[in-house]
Amino acid sequence: MADNPTLEMEQPAATKRKGVKRRAFLIGGVAIVGAGLFGISIMDSNAVKTAAKLTAGKGEHSFATWLKISEDNVVTIYSPHTDIGQGSNTGLAQMLAEELDANWDLVKLVSAPAESAFANVGLGRGFLGEMTGQPGIINGVPQSFLSFLARQMNLQITGGSTALRFTGQVTFQKVGAATRLALIETAAKRLGVPASELTTQDSHVIHAKSSRSLPYGKLAAEAATLSLNNEPTLKDPKNYRLMRQSVPRLDIPAKVDGTAQYGMDFSVPDMRVATIMAAPVRGGKLTSVDEAPVLAVKGVEKVIKLDDAVAVVGKGYWAAISGLRAMTPQFTDGGNGAISTASIFKAYDDLIAKGEPAGEAGEGDVKAAMGPKPIEAKYQVPFLHHAMMEPFALTAHYKDGKLDIWGGMQDPLASKMMAVDVSGLDGDKVTFHPMLIGGSFGRRLPMYMEIVSQVTKLAMQLPYPVKLIWSREEEIAQGAYRPQSAAILKANVTANKRIAAFSNDYAQTESAEAETTFIYNLPAVARRNYEHKSNQITGAWRSVNSTQQGFYNESFMDELAHAAGVDPVEFRRNHLKADSRHLRVLDECARLANWKAPLPEGVGRGVAIVESFKTIVAHVIEASVKEDGMPKVHKITTVVDAGSIVNPDAAKAQIEGGTLMGLSSAIGEAVTLEKGAVQQSNFSDYPLLKLADAPLVHDIHFINSGAYMGGIGEPGVPPAAPALANALFAATGKRVRNLPILKQAKA
Amino acid sequence: MTISTTVNGKAVTLNAEPDSPLLWAIREELGLTGTKFGCGIAACGACTVHVNGEPARSCSLPVSEVAGKSITTIEGIKGSDGTLHAVQKAWIAAQVPQCGYCQSGQIMAAVALIEKTGKPSDDQIDEAMTNICRCGTYPRIRKAIHAATGQAATAVEGAA
Repeated sequence: MADNPTLEMEQPAATKRKGVKRRAFLIGGVAIVGAGLFGISIMDSNAVKTAAKLTAGKGEHSFATWLKISEDNVVTIYSPHTDIGQGSNTGLAQMLAEELDANWDLVKLVSAPAESAFANVGLGRGFLGEMTGQPGIINGVPQSFLSFLARQMNLQITGGSTALRFTGQVTFQKVGAATRLALIETAAKRLGVPASELTTQDSHVIHAKSSRSLPYGKLAAEAATLSLNNEPTLKDPKNYRLMRQSVPRLDIPAKVDGTAQYGMDFSVPDMRVATIMAAPVRGGKLTSVDEAPVLAVKGVEKVIKLDDAVAVVGKGYWAAISGLRAMTPQFTDGGNGAISTASIFKAYDDLIAKGEPAGEAGEGDVKAAMGPKPIEAKYQVPFLHHAMMEPFALTAHYKDGKLDIWGGMQDPLASKMMAVDVSGLDGDKVTFHPMLIGGSFGRRLPMYMEIVSQVTKLAMQLPYPVKLIWSREEEIAQGAYRPQSAAILKANVTANKRIAAFSNDYAQTESAEAETTFIYNLPAVARRNYEHKSNQITGAWRSVNSTQQGFYNESFMDELAHAAGVDPVEFRRNHLKADSRHLRVLDECARLANWKAPLPEGVGRGVAIVESFKTIVAHVIEASVKEDGMPKVHKITTVVDAGSIVNPDAAKAQIEGGTLMGLSSAIGEAVTLEKGAVQQSNFSDYPLLKLADAPLVHDIHFINSGAYMGGIGEPGVPPAAPALANALFAATGKRVRNLPILKQAKA
Repeated sequence: MTISTTVNGKAVTLNAEPDSPLLWAIREELGLTGTKFGCGIAACGACTVHVNGEPARSCSLPVSEVAGKSITTIEGIKGSDGTLHAVQKAWIAAQVPQCGYCQSGQIMAAVALIEKTGKPSDDQIDEAMTNICRCGTYPRIRKAIHAATGQAATAVEGAA
């Protein structure tokens, strides 16, 4: 494909790479296989027939797996994504309905995974090659590799800001367009006119000359028997009626009246509730449990010991958690008892000082260009928790040799596969029923779903259904955190106020290179990563490594600007390519923020610009320091170039939320370790930003550059922390190099 | 023990341990799952309900303390004919929810604030709306509260 999105993750400047470009490979996998699979499936009559059997009832006709049209003219679209609140399912429906010319009032969106047969067979087995009508491409791939690839693909299915840019652009628009052509072809035959005389609008094929029109519902039966065009021409954007419109999100009404059902809300008759405590020091094992006081708690029915955790099963959550609190289980520390936040930072310092990076990228001769006296700064950021509002909750029931699991995960298929592994059951005996997700931000991805394993183990030994709920304390203590990370940045700014050499030596659990786009055009750049494993799991945290890399690079650019005595916007301009998208975003942001306008005493203005997931975001933040020493954000101006936007209001909501998540973490969040265990336990000591601390003004502007569509859920996050830190420097002269900021800028 | 109370206008008898929180009686005994569990320590507000018209964080309110009182949950704020509360309508118009998990609590806190103040100022909103939203819907919550009370949005829309 000409616009194959794999290209975006390439690092052409790489001079030396050790290790695997994890994310690049994964996204590449999705792009290549996803495109091939979907492309062929449009043509594949067996796949369509199978989907039709699963979805189309009487009077309904299935097209290309992903939609059906009923004879009363309703278009139902099946989304393979889990909408975590980012509005991607609405966006996908807009994309398909746009190309189909469907009447939006008669479009229904069904989350494919919610229809278990369709999800597990149409999607799951389709990806896994288990589907009877599998696309040819899948047949040639070894099952083991396919299974691996499917897991990796599903990692990306809802994650990596991929829904609209991959599924939407690669598949849904084409499916809509191809179905429209089939409907036209059918109408042409029926009306006895050339197809070229027909137009479509609001789910009707129209013959203007004879003033006749036919609703899609009357054409669907016959059209569904036609082979679909695999490469239909897509609409000229100037003819869009649904895309680029702020269509209200389809999921919102159920979220304002309490009817939306999340995994936490699921229940079945006879269900018991369990809660769990895993080894406080990750890597530890359970050694002993004093069951007597637990079983004395009213409503407690059972204590279940797992290898590294202990669960209490009761009639309800209160019984279970009361039972858990009544016990003092003993765990080993797995040899991790000496690990602390300080010990990890010490290890990072030692690794960087030793100078043997695990990976390296860049260009030019940095060593030669660095000169004798570079400007140098050390930055540190802590582990961060996702802190989604819905704690983990999964219900499982093992009965008659079959295991059913209900709940919200970002990857239903990989969840199922984990349950298959843990239970030892055959794949066709395990069903995962995806439900609405109460926030995720990367937490519910496949690599760290121990709750799936836990609930499977509980269910396999209980005669009744069991809902396992993690307490907030368990949630905070057993996270899959954004890595703790440190970096030493160096640069040589010459007398002409230009950067001659720039280096970024960063240490964390693994390379952050693949996710990080370095936007500046410099003669010599080196980015070296040093890897150190702690006992904690490295998680994907909204925008992944772009948060810390954005903070490092954009804070240091600010330091260099001040060192050179050049305005921070001007300094960045001087190091961006002329006519680049980055320059345009920066210039627009500075202009809209009135960058040079005077500010009240004590208020400073800071800028940062980061590209992540192919989207460029600049923030200008106005901030001051409150009386208690904490930062106060007054105003944010944001400019976004995501290529193009499907739903402007939903996109704006993502930028608002992403920016606030970035500010929340920058201002107050840190997961710290002592004696190998997480010290935080709840929102009382892991404080999230509240409404009163969100700025009153956030101006958000989109540039429709027409570039290949970038992500929107994540890219608002990375520039938030550096823009705030830079604003505080402008306000106070104090440079924040360690997050969280807390009271560091206090006078 | 059994506790008699009123939930969404209906008299109910709850069978619960006196120290068990109201939240779990509402969710597990009455099956009203719109009220959410978020933290268990009254820090996040996902479990906000009204007790005699006042907002209360039900995860930390022992059920024994609501005997004889009137409780309203998110399921109980619609009109008797099923029409949405003005705050719910404003929430849809402003497209507030993202993941949506905290929004029942946010709406209950907002309804209580509006019932108390009529037309809350930004300062009153700051003070009353302490429920946590990880998705970052705060600007839209503020906007929706203003809209629900017939006030023009404050600066959140911004002037470019």
